[in-house]
Amino acid sequence: MRAAFPGRTPVKFAILVNEGPFSHQAADTALAFAQAVLESEHALTRVFFYFDGVQNANRLAAPGNGDRNLVRSWSKLAEEHGVDLVVCIAAGLRRGVREANLAPGFRISGMGQLVEAAMLADRLVTFGA
Amino acid sequence: MTLKRFLFINRKGPHGSGHPAELLDAALIAASFEQQVHLAFLDDGVFLLTRGQRPDLIGHKDFTATFGELTDYDIDHVWVERESLSARGLNENDLMIPVTLVERTALAALMADMDVVISA
Amino acid sequence: MSNALGPLHTVNKSPFASRALDGCLSRLSAGAAVLLIEDGVYAALADTAFADRLAETGRNHALYVLGPDLAARGLADRSLVAGIEVIDYQGFVSLAARHSLVQAWF
Repeated sequence: MRAAFPGRTPVKFAILVNEGPFSHQAADTALAFAQAVLESEHALTRVFFYFDGVQNANRLAAPGNGDRNLVRSWSKLAEEHGVDLVVCIAAGLRRGVREANLAPGFRISGMGQLVEAAMLADRLVTFGA
Repeated sequence: MTLKRFLFINRKGPHGSGHPAELLDAALIAASFEQQVHLAFLDDGVFLLTRGQRPDLIGHKDFTATFGELTDYDIDHVWVERESLSARGLNENDLMIPVTLVERTALAALMADMDVVISA
Repeated sequence: MSNALGPLHTVNKSPFASRALDGCLSRLSAGAAVLLIEDGVYAALADTAFADRLAETGRNHALYVLGPDLAARGLADRSLVAGIEVIDYQGFVSLAARHSLVQAWF
């Protein structure tokens, strides 16, 4: 039997993604961080997409063959791990990301979902540009 | 209900990007959840609060007017870093609202004391 | 121990292109640590014009750099500022869990 020590206490993470998938690496790092949380003893309670981050949920994005497809990677994360992916409705409408072109696994809701995620999680980790 | 201290950090000036306006929206929502909301203005973020802005001249809505209504949203903690102001040739009299000036070292302590820090 | 560590600051901009790292380093509280990611990893290299500044910070604060971002840029074998620790994404998660909060500079 192993004694528990504080460094191993499971932590609830929420992630805020502020940047889209094509202009900057921030969304890639957010995805890699999310995957690492899921492989760890910690928990991932929600990923919230704000600012240009809402573009991560745009089903109409069509990167060329061989190019990475972050939209699909996020959807896969939701499908395989049940991660809650929430797109800010105000930021999404502004940028043309809405129910009609929402990728699988994402849902659209209000900014209260970000505040709630931060309230309930132990850590909010932001990825931006 | 969980009560947390949220700090929203403004490091960019107004109108050059959409970030400060959307960050302010997030701060107002946090306040509506009755969280303890703090706003900090540092680096170019201090330019958000300068008087006499005319964003209409570049076709922008004046979102900075909302800074004048923060108390209506129960946001009472507005911090401006003194060093950032003076490095930009500004002082308290150039600002559109009353703020609490804070030294850089005190700001660092304030940031460390928060539960959630969101910047843009 | 989990509550004894201060904020973990992430910086994702090159110090040669942005003031993000400068802004971060000038506002570190006791117990705060710095993790360089994305274009921020350039600051981890030894012998750059920024190396002395980072080394000075390293005397009082833990410094980390994200290994995959170094390697992606062909910098995995370069010498780094003394005392900086190379971590992977799992290490990033562990650090974020151990520190009191995570603050992003960009």
